Parts: sequence; C-alpha cells; structure tokens
Amino acid sequence: MMEFVRTLGSQAFLQYAFAAGFLASLGCGIMGTFVVVRRIAFLAGGIAHAVLGGMGLALYLGYSPLGGALVAAVAAALIIGIVSLRAREHEDTLIGAIWAVGMALGVVFISRTPGYNSELMSYLFGNILMVSSGDLMLMAMLDLFLLITVGLFFRQLQAVTFDEEFSRLRGLPADLLYLFLLVLAALTVVLLIRVVGLILVIALLTLPAAVAGQWTGSLGRMMGLASILGAIFTTGGLALSYGPDLPAGATIILLAGSVFIVSTLFKSRRIRGRRS
Amino acid sequence: MKPVEITKLSFAYGGPPVLEDVNLEVGEGEFLGVVGPNGGGKSTLLKLILGLLAPDSGNLKVFGENPKKSRRRIGYVPQFSEFRRDFPISVRDVVLMGRLSGRMRPGPYSAVDRRAAVTAMKGARILDLKDRRLAELSGGQLQRVLIARALATDPDMLLLDEPTASIDSSIEESIFELLRDLNKRMTIMLVSHDVGFISRYVTRVACLNRGLVCHTTSELSAKGLEDVYGSPVQLIDHHSHLPTEAPE
Repeated sequence: MMEFVRTLGSQAFLQYAFAAGFLASLGCGIMGTFVVVRRIAFLAGGIAHAVLGGMGLALYLGYSPLGGALVAAVAAALIIGIVSLRAREHEDTLIGAIWAVGMALGVVFISRTPGYNSELMSYLFGNILMVSSGDLMLMAMLDLFLLITVGLFFRQLQAVTFDEEFSRLRGLPADLLYLFLLVLAALTVVLLIRVVGLILVIALLTLPAAVAGQWTGSLGRMMGLASILGAIFTTGGLALSYGPDLPAGATIILLAGSVFIVSTLFKSRRIRGRRS
Repeated sequence: MKPVEITKLSFAYGGPPVLEDVNLEVGEGEFLGVVGPNGGGKSTLLKLILGLLAPDSGNLKVFGENPKKSRRRIGYVPQFSEFRRDFPISVRDVVLMGRLSGRMRPGPYSAVDRRAAVTAMKGARILDLKDRRLAELSGGQLQRVLIARALATDPDMLLLDEPTASIDSSIEESIFELLRDLNKRMTIMLVSHDVGFISRYVTRVACLNRGLVCHTTSELSAKGLEDVYGSPVQLIDHHSHLPTEAPE
C-alpha cells in the first residue's frame, strides 16, 4: 500500500488513472441514477455491448473506433428506446439480441483486425492505467455536458422517470425525454468504455447508484452519493490491485459488488427489524 | 360546457369490445362514481377521457373539446396500489410535478409553483408529510399525495382510478370525506369496485360492465344538491334501468 502511495506521487500514469476514476464516477453517478430508478440496467447493458460491435466494425474498416462506438451506441439506444415505447412486449428479446449480436460482431471484427487480436480483454475490462490526457479531456467534457443538461431539465427528467403517464398528461414530451435519456446514457457508455472497459461501465452505472438509492431520499442526493461511491470504488480498487498486480478494472468491480451486497443485506435487515 | 360528454362510444384493444355503445354525461360540480367488475372497462374509460386512448367509434368530448386538448384541465389520480414507492423522492417533489407543463422551462420550480404545491398539500391535508420520503408512507397517505399532485395542476375536474383499493375502511372514509370537500369546488369522477361505500358520497353512480352503462341517482335529491352547491344542478337521466343488485 505504501508503495502504491509513493508511486501515486511520482507517476503520471497513476495520477491519470485516478483522474479517470473520478471523472467516470461523476458521469456514471448521474446517468446510473436514472438507469437504476428507471430500471433499465439491462437496456444499458445492451447498448454497451452494441458499442463493442460498433467499435470492432470501425476498427476493421479503418475508421476511428470512437466514431464507430458513437454511431452504434446512439443507434442501439434509439432502436431499443423506440421499440420499448411502441411494443413493450418485445423489448426484452430485442435487448438480448442486440447484446449478443453486438458482442459477437465485436469479437469477430477485432479478431479480423491486424494488431488488435489480443486487445479484446482491454475492451471488456478496459485499461484504466493507460488513460491519456486526451481521454481525460473528453471525459471532463462529457461530465460537464451531463451536469448542464441534467441540471437544466432536472424537473422534467425526474418527472418522466418517476411517472411517465402523468408527465405525458401534463404535456411533457415524455417519449422524447425518454429517448434523450437513453442517448445520454449511450454517450456515457461510449466515452467511458474506452477508459474503463465494457464491464466496468455497466458496473459503475448500476452498483454505486444502487447502493446510493438505498440510503438517500432524493434523486439529486442519489446522484451525488453515487458519484462519491464510484470515486471510492475506483480509487480503492486501484489501490487494492496495485500491490498484488491484479487487473485494476476487475478489482474495482469486485469492490463495488461487495459493498453492494453488504449494503443490501444491511438495509434488508434494518427494514425487517423495523417491521417486526 | 359539460366536463364529459360521451355518446355511442365503443373501444376495443384489438379483440372483443371493452366498451360498447357507452353514453355518459358528467355535469359540472357533479361527483360521479363509476362502478363495475374488473375487466368491465372502467380504467379504459378513464384513459379515453384523458386522451391516452382514442375511441374506435362514437363521440367523446371533454369540456367541449378533444380529450387531448382538454387533458390539462383534468387532475388525474392514478391507481396508487400499483404505484412504485421505492423511488427516492419526497412528498413535496411529487406534488410539485403537478406544476410541470409542456413548455419545458429549464431550471428549478418557481416561487409560484412552490406556493401552489403548498396550497395543494394543505388541500389534501398532508402538509405535515412534505419532507417524507415516498417509501415511508402508508397507502392512505400515498393516496393523498397523489390527490395533492392532481390538485397542484389546478384542475377543473378530478379523475380518480380506484382511490380506495386496498386501504382499510376508516382511511377509505377519510379519503371520501376529503373528496366530498373538494367536490365543493370541482367536478369529480372516480372509478371503484366498491359500490356500497361510494353511494354515500357521490351524487350519481354509473355502472359499467362490458359496454352497458346504467345510472342511479344516490340518496341525494336534486333539491339536496341545490342546497349543497347553492345553484340548481342538472341531474342527467339516461332512461336506463336501475341496477337490481350491486356489482362486485
């Protein structure tokens, strides 16, 4: 642990990893809160896996993987979103299909792309230790964008997430706001996937917000606590993984998962205690 | 301008008709209870009045207009027993949602909105619960919160879906007392499975089952209504037979 702290003081890559963890936690805290309360974690997972397909295709064709990821994420978000609005009964199957096909496309294209064969793991788990300053800038811009849009339209987004039917009756463009929310989630997934990997994005979108939701009474505070928890998980996971040289992303996820389980057990015992 | 005018309305969800040849008028200041068995089309009727569904045939006017146009004049109270309570939100923030409009104005609620929410919470007698989290409320309290949210929209008519399902009868009575008070300033229409309780409070009962609607004026006479409202109130007679027994 001391070695970790010493390295942190001197090594830029570790400082970047920390900054990446903080920036990812902020975006995931904001969007993850919506994902958890609107119960669309499966949907977010589907979008994330579609991103893998888009990145793989773009790499194979020689385009920027970020562009491919963006197109795939927004397309997947809109397709799933429109189907879930029009024909809810097909939503589950569609997400499953996009999930599996996206992943398979990604694997196939990455295997066909020279020089990228060995990097599938880095797409799944990311490599937070190899973040560049450009990545940090992009993530900071995403966070700023999320803070501004969600801040400006917080009331409306809260209303459609809480009670879509009532929002519609009040004249809010509920369908558009829902699709907007999905596109924001897709953007978050895309920018964070390059840094922390597919699985860590899903973990950071759901676990901190799920824990925060157990202990807070408002959407705003849930976002705040989820962001703080995300930062603790990424920092703690990095520190824990450094000494024994464990994979950083996976360690962060295991830490977050453990806290989620403990929090859930603690919460359910408290509720049972109150009822008896 | 009648709050609700329905003539020869039919509706089906693609299968057999849920509502068939329904005729119904709701007069201003009325407190109408719609009763009927599950699957009798009560909730469908509400959705049609709110413009969430469109009739297959027949005519439906709400405040003399297409229901979509006039839906903002209706304060809708959904079935609270099917309502999610694990959402992290305070009572005040739920009630404030009644102040939202389609204009998508960015930023926080205005002082006017906040005052209107307080007035609505007072009206539903839940001001003391304003900082409570939704998950901490009882069924009856949640029902009042949803009524307050509907009141915050400043409606001309309240529309309630099963407001007393799965709450015990003393609380049910207090909800109906509240509605009777509110009825002094607005039209109320509610659907319920419980005909017995309803008839003590409403001015008229409509029974709805597979397209058949019949009316019965409750104990209140037209003269009694005049006393309550201070002006003559029209009772609508659809020349239908009275129900011989209460539907379940």
